[in-house]
Amino acid sequence: MTTIAFKSVSKEYGGVRVLEDISLELADHEFLGVVGPSGAGKSTFLRLLLSQEQPTHGKILIDGQPIAPEPSQDRGVVFQRYSVFPHLSVLRNVTLGREWAKAPLTGRLRGQERGEVEAEAMRLLERVGLGSSADKFPHQLSGGMQQRLAIAQALIVRPKVLLLDEPFGALDPHTRKSMHHLVRELWEENQMTIVMVTHDLSEAFSLSTRVIAIDKIRYDPQDPTAYGSRIVSDIEAKSKIVRESRKAEAVRMLEAVA
Amino acid sequence: MKRVINYSPGRGPGLFLAILPFLLIGFVYLTASEARLAVNPADKLMPSFSSFGAALARMALKVDPLSGQYLFWTDTYVSLLRLFSSLLISTVIGLVLGIVIGFIPYVKAGFSALVAVISLIPPLAILPILFILFGLGEPAKLILMVIGVAPYIVRAVALTVGELPKEQMIKAQTLGGSSWQMILRIVLPQVMPRLIDMLRLSLGPAWLYLIAAEAISSEGGLGYRIFLVRRYLAMDVILPYVAWITLLAFLMDVALVATQRRCYPWYNPKEG
Repeated sequence: MTTIAFKSVSKEYGGVRVLEDISLELADHEFLGVVGPSGAGKSTFLRLLLSQEQPTHGKILIDGQPIAPEPSQDRGVVFQRYSVFPHLSVLRNVTLGREWAKAPLTGRLRGQERGEVEAEAMRLLERVGLGSSADKFPHQLSGGMQQRLAIAQALIVRPKVLLLDEPFGALDPHTRKSMHHLVRELWEENQMTIVMVTHDLSEAFSLSTRVIAIDKIRYDPQDPTAYGSRIVSDIEAKSKIVRESRKAEAVRMLEAVA
Repeated sequence: MKRVINYSPGRGPGLFLAILPFLLIGFVYLTASEARLAVNPADKLMPSFSSFGAALARMALKVDPLSGQYLFWTDTYVSLLRLFSSLLISTVIGLVLGIVIGFIPYVKAGFSALVAVISLIPPLAILPILFILFGLGEPAKLILMVIGVAPYIVRAVALTVGELPKEQMIKAQTLGGSSWQMILRIVLPQVMPRLIDMLRLSLGPAWLYLIAAEAISSEGGLGYRIFLVRRYLAMDVILPYVAWITLLAFLMDVALVATQRRCYPWYNPKEG
């Protein structure tokens, strides 16, 4: 069970208001799409949730607890670029999170423990379709494969929330389609919440269970920076209904068999 | 007619063009040397290639009666030992200080201005201070070379660390990495290939300070020998020594490039 709550959060940069009065309750296993025009503060929204930046006012809670003031394992992230480590092989990129958890001092594992972690990482890599590329370096992978790797790498520490910052923005349409499938499936398999920032409306609506749009609704020509963006619409998306009906269908089938 | 920038030589002609200037310089030297020797067979300024060979043979193949050593090889050994130890010390200082300055904001606030100022001190200007403090022995020479090279490496490493994408560091934190683990597995490995580039650029200054230190105070070494035989106008020794130093520096550069290619296959600045 993971719930996320924004309690009237606002963010200013040196007097410039970017976000104001963002309040949001997110139930367990939601897929939240965040859309809005460029510069509206979508990425700021994500950075706040990641603790890459701190809100000026208000607070953010996960499962009722304030989030840590720095990035931590409960919130995984995939950026548009630079999310994987270029100097590590595909396999090492994925084992990293586990190795760090088990070897605080050396940061790397040896022997049997290493074998176990590698097996776990290989399962994840197979799942995202990178099983045959385990020994390659990221620069030998295509953009889509790098993003698959970034997702597998984030998933190995089993975050409560996965944050995606324009994750498919740099991909061609075909690759983007297959990434959509993968992300949807991973979201259904792992009981986790996903928050995805995108400028692509159709992407947001086809993947998300809930879509929020943020934008500036008030503008003072005398003082253009006085007002920030707010949540201007909050929509339950189709896939939520699809998911609910699938669940109901599964239950009905089970009952029929029993 | 295509534009001149669109003509490029193939492999063979390219190699020929690369060698050509060397041949030309050799030819010009040879002609000038012969002309001078024809006028005055005792001329010392431009010795013939055969007297280079004789001088080299004397230095490298015969034991020096005074010291009982093969001077050429002893000089090379002594100089390389100084060069390598100073580069090693500079590298260790550069890596440790550079990484903590580049990675930890509080250390950066405290040290980066100091390092910037130190790197502006002309090392040769404080050579007298070093001689006063440490005497004329090896420590003063090593410290001169380290002062000449280390601040550059510290600053370059710190800059390199600062230029690693911020996204990587955020990602590393979400994977649970501590500051120490991130230094160990994210920062240091990515600094290493760039450190090799820095070392390549440091070779020039390192040799400069080595020869300066040896010229002023030493009992051996390539720089010492050059400045010693200068008193006898022994161009037949000086020029081969200069060529030898150049060759050594060139070989080190080649070795560093090869190490970088072999050990860090992922590091390819071209693909950025």
